[in-house]
Amino acid sequence: MSARSTFGRAFVLSALAVACLTQGAAAADERLKEILDRGVLRVGVQGAQKPWSFRAPDGAMQGIEVDLGKEVADKLGVKFEPVIITSANRMQFLQQKKIDLILGGMYDTAERRKIVGIIEPAYWTSGPTLLAKKGTIKDWKDVTGKPVCAKQGVNYNKLVETKFHATVVAFPGNTEGKEALRSGKCVAWLFDDVSIMADLEDAAWADYEMPVPVLLSNPWAAAVPIEDLDKGWGVFMTGMAYRWQASGKLLELAKKWKVQAAPWFQEQHEKLRWDDGYLTPKN
Amino acid sequence: MLDLLAPFFKDLYARTGLNFIVFYDPYEFGRLLNGAAISAQLIVWSLLLSLVIGIVGAWVQSSQSAVLRGVVNAYIQAFRNTPPMIQLLFFYFGLGAFTPTVDMGGYSQPLISSFTWAVLSLGIFGGAFNVEIFRAGLQAVPHAMLEAAESLCFSRWQTYRYVTLPLAFRISLPALTNNLISLAKTSSLAYVISVPEMTYVLSQVWSDNINVPEMMLLLFAFYLAAVWIIGAMLHWLERRLALPGYGQ
Repeated sequence: MSARSTFGRAFVLSALAVACLTQGAAAADERLKEILDRGVLRVGVQGAQKPWSFRAPDGAMQGIEVDLGKEVADKLGVKFEPVIITSANRMQFLQQKKIDLILGGMYDTAERRKIVGIIEPAYWTSGPTLLAKKGTIKDWKDVTGKPVCAKQGVNYNKLVETKFHATVVAFPGNTEGKEALRSGKCVAWLFDDVSIMADLEDAAWADYEMPVPVLLSNPWAAAVPIEDLDKGWGVFMTGMAYRWQASGKLLELAKKWKVQAAPWFQEQHEKLRWDDGYLTPKN
Repeated sequence: MLDLLAPFFKDLYARTGLNFIVFYDPYEFGRLLNGAAISAQLIVWSLLLSLVIGIVGAWVQSSQSAVLRGVVNAYIQAFRNTPPMIQLLFFYFGLGAFTPTVDMGGYSQPLISSFTWAVLSLGIFGGAFNVEIFRAGLQAVPHAMLEAAESLCFSRWQTYRYVTLPLAFRISLPALTNNLISLAKTSSLAYVISVPEMTYVLSQVWSDNINVPEMMLLLFAFYLAAVWIIGAMLHWLERRLALPGYGQ
């Protein structure tokens, strides 16, 4: 009797396990369906990156990437759920299915394309530059041998160390890094020009400037899990990304959040806009 | 050293895709060695500081002055009951703003570096526990033992030096080993104030090269080895000091 009940229990358990496994497999197959079934779209966004994603005084997330993520959720008819990620963990979150989509200021690089499904076209572009107290830095070479504050997990930290022999002092978050600059722990804050531009709008940074040109300009792309890139979810996101460029949505957002749009935006907008001139007869 | 390792790890990467870049790229290898050295120093100095604080604190706790005892108790409460990461941030950003600095033109060299802050903060954190551990050890010395010493005409200081302290130290050792190991592990939190120790270095390496599992494995092995070494040393000491028939 006890042997039979043990057998019975084992059978139920294994049936449950099989059910879980097959459910997992089905979910892995069709992420788009999973998102619709769940009714929630989980988007990985940076926590304190003004004006892309940052907290409003009431605690809600807001910003350009939050607006974009909300639009994706609206189009799918699901709830938008921002998940705070960092540069160092965002791709792992995507791989582990903690999030469905990265809209987190991520550069599109060859290395990253091996790990996550990068959505084309890109939705933003930026490059690394320095924020420093007025008059202290005139050229990139001025950081040689000096401490430069930066953010942990950012891929150009190494470039500044190898190319200009600066000592990169990296912090887990932007806020700590900039606080370290303010308290004089380093000569400059190394980060994206767009973020620094937004900081300079703030009166708190009135004594600071962006003295050097960007080291390089790199597009930012949204990313989906790599296995979903050519399935419904990846294709849907490609459509969204295309429309953001073609409809001029990104230029609008730049205006809304008071970011100076680089010429890149106008170029992409014109390149990707479908020329429907043939609809209106010439003469 | 790198010349010996590089061919094997390059081959491993080519064959299996396991990218242990720190063992074949000279730049990353340098970062790794630096991180390991900083971690080792951080652990050693903060353990030593925590021991000194523990011994002095336990001694002060048994003093006659209520004020001194109150101060030590307040210190223990404050530092045992707050998270070590918050303490690190508090010391570095909170107190760091008030410490003197030397102007270097554009930036200032603080007299207390992030490494020193980490040693101070971790030492103070671990010390709060050590005080209690030593105090428990001192109190656990049997009263009869002290009476016996007194009857042999030992002075108060002699009793403390030859009877109480040696016994108390032996009694404290197992709990002390636990706390020191825990403190060594906590040293990994120093990355939040940008001390380039092992966790900081490897997280930068895995961000640059996207080899998270490999570097996580290495980080795991590093702390395992560090803790094993500390544990082995303290266990050796424990065996060395063991008194036959006492606490065995």
